[in-house]
Amino acid sequence: MSIPFRDRPLGMFIADFVANPYAVIGLAGLVLVIVLALFAPWIAPQDPYDLTQLDFMDGNLAPGSAGWTGTVYLLGTDDQGRDILSGILFGLRTSLMVGASSAFIAFALGALVGLVAAYVGGVVDALIMRLVELQLSFPAMLIALVLVAILGTGVDKIILALVLVQWAYYARTIRAQALVEKNREYIEAAHVLQYSHSRVILRHLLPNCIPPLIVLVTMQVAYAISLEATLSFLGIGLPLTEPSLGLLIANGYGYLQAGRYWLSIFPGLALLFTVLSINLVGDHLRDILNPKTRRQ
Amino acid sequence: MTPRKTGRFLLTSAMLLALATAAQAQTLRVGIATGPTSLDPHFHNLGPNNAAMRNVYDRLIHMDANMRLQPGLAVSWTPLDNTSWQINLREGVTFHDGTPFGAEDVAFTISRIPLVPNSPSALTRFVSRISAVEVVDSHTLILRTTNPSPLLPNDLAQFSILSLETTEAYLAANPGIAPSITEIDSSHFNSGALAIGTGPFRLVSWAPGDPMVLSANSDYWGGAPAFADAVVRPIPNDAARLAALLSGDVDLIDGLPTADIASTRANSAFNVFETPSNLAVYLHMDSDREISPFVRGLDGSEIANPLRDVRVRQAMSMALNREAIARVIMDGAATPAGQMLAPGFAGASDTLAATAFDPDGARALLAEAGYPDGFAITLNGPNDRYVNDERIAQAVAQNLSRIGIRTEVSVEPASTYFGAATRLEYSVMLLGWGSSTGEQGSTLDSLLRTHNSELGHGGANRGRFSDARFDEMIGAAMQVLDETERNAQVAAAAEYVIGERFGVIPIHFQMNFWAARQGITMSPRADNYTVLSEIGTR
Amino acid sequence: MLAFLGRRLIQSVAVLLVMSFLVFLGIFAIGNPVDVMIDPAATPLERETAIRALGLDLPWYQQYFAFLERAVAGDLGRSFVYNEPALDLILTRLPATLELAVAAMVMAVALGIPLGLWAGLHPGSWLDRTIMAGSIFLFSMPTFWVGIILIMLSSVWLGWLPSGDRGETVSILGVPFSFLTWDGLTHLFLPAFNLALFKLALVLRLVRAGVQEHMSSDYVAFARAKGVSERRIIGRHVLRNILIPVITVLGLEFGNLLAFAVVTETIFAWPGMGNLLIRSIQVLDRPVVVAYLMLTVVIFVLINLFVDLAYSALDPRIRVGGRA
Repeated sequence: MSIPFRDRPLGMFIADFVANPYAVIGLAGLVLVIVLALFAPWIAPQDPYDLTQLDFMDGNLAPGSAGWTGTVYLLGTDDQGRDILSGILFGLRTSLMVGASSAFIAFALGALVGLVAAYVGGVVDALIMRLVELQLSFPAMLIALVLVAILGTGVDKIILALVLVQWAYYARTIRAQALVEKNREYIEAAHVLQYSHSRVILRHLLPNCIPPLIVLVTMQVAYAISLEATLSFLGIGLPLTEPSLGLLIANGYGYLQAGRYWLSIFPGLALLFTVLSINLVGDHLRDILNPKTRRQ
Repeated sequence: MTPRKTGRFLLTSAMLLALATAAQAQTLRVGIATGPTSLDPHFHNLGPNNAAMRNVYDRLIHMDANMRLQPGLAVSWTPLDNTSWQINLREGVTFHDGTPFGAEDVAFTISRIPLVPNSPSALTRFVSRISAVEVVDSHTLILRTTNPSPLLPNDLAQFSILSLETTEAYLAANPGIAPSITEIDSSHFNSGALAIGTGPFRLVSWAPGDPMVLSANSDYWGGAPAFADAVVRPIPNDAARLAALLSGDVDLIDGLPTADIASTRANSAFNVFETPSNLAVYLHMDSDREISPFVRGLDGSEIANPLRDVRVRQAMSMALNREAIARVIMDGAATPAGQMLAPGFAGASDTLAATAFDPDGARALLAEAGYPDGFAITLNGPNDRYVNDERIAQAVAQNLSRIGIRTEVSVEPASTYFGAATRLEYSVMLLGWGSSTGEQGSTLDSLLRTHNSELGHGGANRGRFSDARFDEMIGAAMQVLDETERNAQVAAAAEYVIGERFGVIPIHFQMNFWAARQGITMSPRADNYTVLSEIGTR
Repeated sequence: MLAFLGRRLIQSVAVLLVMSFLVFLGIFAIGNPVDVMIDPAATPLERETAIRALGLDLPWYQQYFAFLERAVAGDLGRSFVYNEPALDLILTRLPATLELAVAAMVMAVALGIPLGLWAGLHPGSWLDRTIMAGSIFLFSMPTFWVGIILIMLSSVWLGWLPSGDRGETVSILGVPFSFLTWDGLTHLFLPAFNLALFKLALVLRLVRAGVQEHMSSDYVAFARAKGVSERRIIGRHVLRNILIPVITVLGLEFGNLLAFAVVTETIFAWPGMGNLLIRSIQVLDRPVVVAYLMLTVVIFVLINLFVDLAYSALDPRIRVGGRA
């Protein structure tokens, strides 16, 4: 039986975390990525979405070269004269936004469904779990493909597709956790006090089911970012005018053999760095929160 | 070296050389971007299909690399009067299965075209002008038309001729497959059973998406092909196709990606072949409706449609830096366009050049039209149809924004774009037009004549442009039987409707590119078809 | 057991129905396939004719019921684009995809088990740390980007391996396979490797976790006390025990591999069914998309069933269909 999160001193948790250098590097990377994405409009030399700021006379410049107005493009430009560095910063923003929002919406939806299933039990539980199992028996990639084929392209549609792909993971995990917590004394106490069902679920059950979900959310954000990039790469994700990292890579893909490596290599590195940072943090979180591996 | 020895030496080296070239020339391996969807030549009117058919079948009239008409299965075609044409057929031609070619085959083919089952895009348009087919003798035909049809020969250059005898025999052997010989569906062509033409190659095997394997028809009336065998493999992915050429997996590829032109050209092991295409990329503006869905004031309010004002359209044309788009966005794989077909093609004007890039003049003209600060539009376009289409749209938007027309770009797959464009859901559209007949008159008729679905005018007039004087000019021109006179009149109509009225704004003519290993030669075609019989060795 | 199979069957049919309905409606809502396929110069009359010829003039529910009626008889419709039976089109591409997926799986297992074993036997060593960090690295690399880099490195810069297509094939019972010729193998290697990377990380982590768990278990301690050699303990006892979960997970992951083959096939121009799916989605070739999904659902149901049965056969504690 796992030690409830609230019972463990925070200091011990932090000490555990910093003991692994990879995890610290991951965390530092993650913080960097989030800061860059949040402040992209102020950091980026150029707004890559604003067509009046672009000049395709500066198109296809190699990294480090200067345009005709003297601007130096650190990571080069694409054919529209779009600064790749700015493109990556804004693309990071889109990718993180899509990945995080879909993971959190899916988390909310999955958590609700999972808690209800565990709390109510019986036929409702059986039905929900059948559906969850069914969905989980198909690969997320395939479901996402179908959904995008049905929904069409666009930021909102991609998020919706990613939510529908992910909710079942949360539902299953939180249900399992909730079933354990359900029979604990404090829930029984709440029942004795005759609290409303919604209050018991949201105020008591949910907070105690969160710890194992932190790991899942972390991993899912990384997965969602990857999946969105893949769909965009296949040409059925985001529209060109709102490029995520995946779309930037896709656009540069055709120019690899022509030697314009910077178009897809740099955004690819940014994507890899982002996903890797999140995974390093998540992986170590799992080790810390899992009492079995913690012993070793 | 004695003369005799020299002679023998020359002889042996010639033999060696012949052996070497014969060994090399045996199989031609070609990588193409898109393969055919069927081997039924009348199933799908689509570039890749039409191109593939040219290897197996012949048309009555052939189009050469520059889309000029040349004798094919017909040796001559002459108008007898306004509505009838006499066609004299080539003697001594046989189909791949040995059945002789004659007038009945042509009559059968014309009767089959409108009836092909399940066709997603039939070739009916190319026979719809024909009201009657009269077989005079085994190698002479008279074709009657309802209206004067000066462009009938161009239509006759579009469809492949099938063998009546072969088809009859096939149906007799398989009586259940169709109620009549004109209703046999495409699967019997795909299986190879009916894929029998008079063309330069015989079909060996094919399946949807798989390579097309061919062997030379050594008895071909136009001379045996340079290769004994050919394999045409669809490689849709641009990078993979180029890599296949570079690694020696194929001898020749079409659709060389524009970004790779320079590096391939610089590589001495390969040759690049190029020609201006029959495809023009252009802007079509809603010049009809009072309120247009994607036109707004700068504050987002609804405003009267400024695109109806010819000065605004002219300003938009002047705002475009076509040279830079061709150089940077297209990597030089395009030439600026001032009309819908490049000079040199039938009906193209020699004097109508691309509008000069003049942003200051454009701003002045906008101010004169009452929009000193500009307005806002959305430019809609496809993202998987033309070379670099979504990139062109963005560059155009940059140019328009610079003169004050704040432009947003919205691109989508062709699967949804063209339907919406035809339903008039957009205000400014990026489009392309490839003239399959190689002649500008019918293009202008489709794009700019006042829309009338009953008479079939303005079928692709997605901006609903309407100008009485132009209607009269193009209407008259399309009735003229004499080719030179007709071309002059079409050119004059183009100078008026594009050069003065800016009914459409041409951007550029796409260039077609092929790349081949050293030693392979070809004549690059304006219609972008890769025709195997036009590929040789050096 | 029978009840279990019956329940599975009913479930699968329900999935097929729902899936086909959603896809049918979804593609119907996106656009008209005729607009993509027809020559832009076509007259409105020609367009009408084409729409009628493909049966697209009927209301969607009539189209759907007509589809269901034929589907029951095993006919999933004809491709709009190719006018060939959609199922045939897919089935002719299935072997290529299966070959790719199997090759990837073999690579993942052949590399993953030794690496995982080594890491598990030497926990905390620098090599273990590197392998584990490397596995997270593999997890994090987007498949399609790695594909691009692989093409870049070995085809374009080094010129070692071909970058696309299947190469020379040999037919066995009329089905072409690449792995039997040298040329085919060189074509197969990169895409299979690309597809294998993610699974490799998965396998090595599973094996490492299993080894660690079992090495500290009582039976290993007992065997050691009995003087059984370390080699024999690992080879005969530990490895055999950890293979059960590995095989189960791989069975389930095989489906995932088929789905991700869509990406790899697109990058490496591998003529499999994923490639066909992407093109069919783009041109709204509805019969092919629907048939692809129906076929995949059936494959998945079979895989899941097989895994369940295999699991119960391997582990006597689990009885399929029974109450635990």
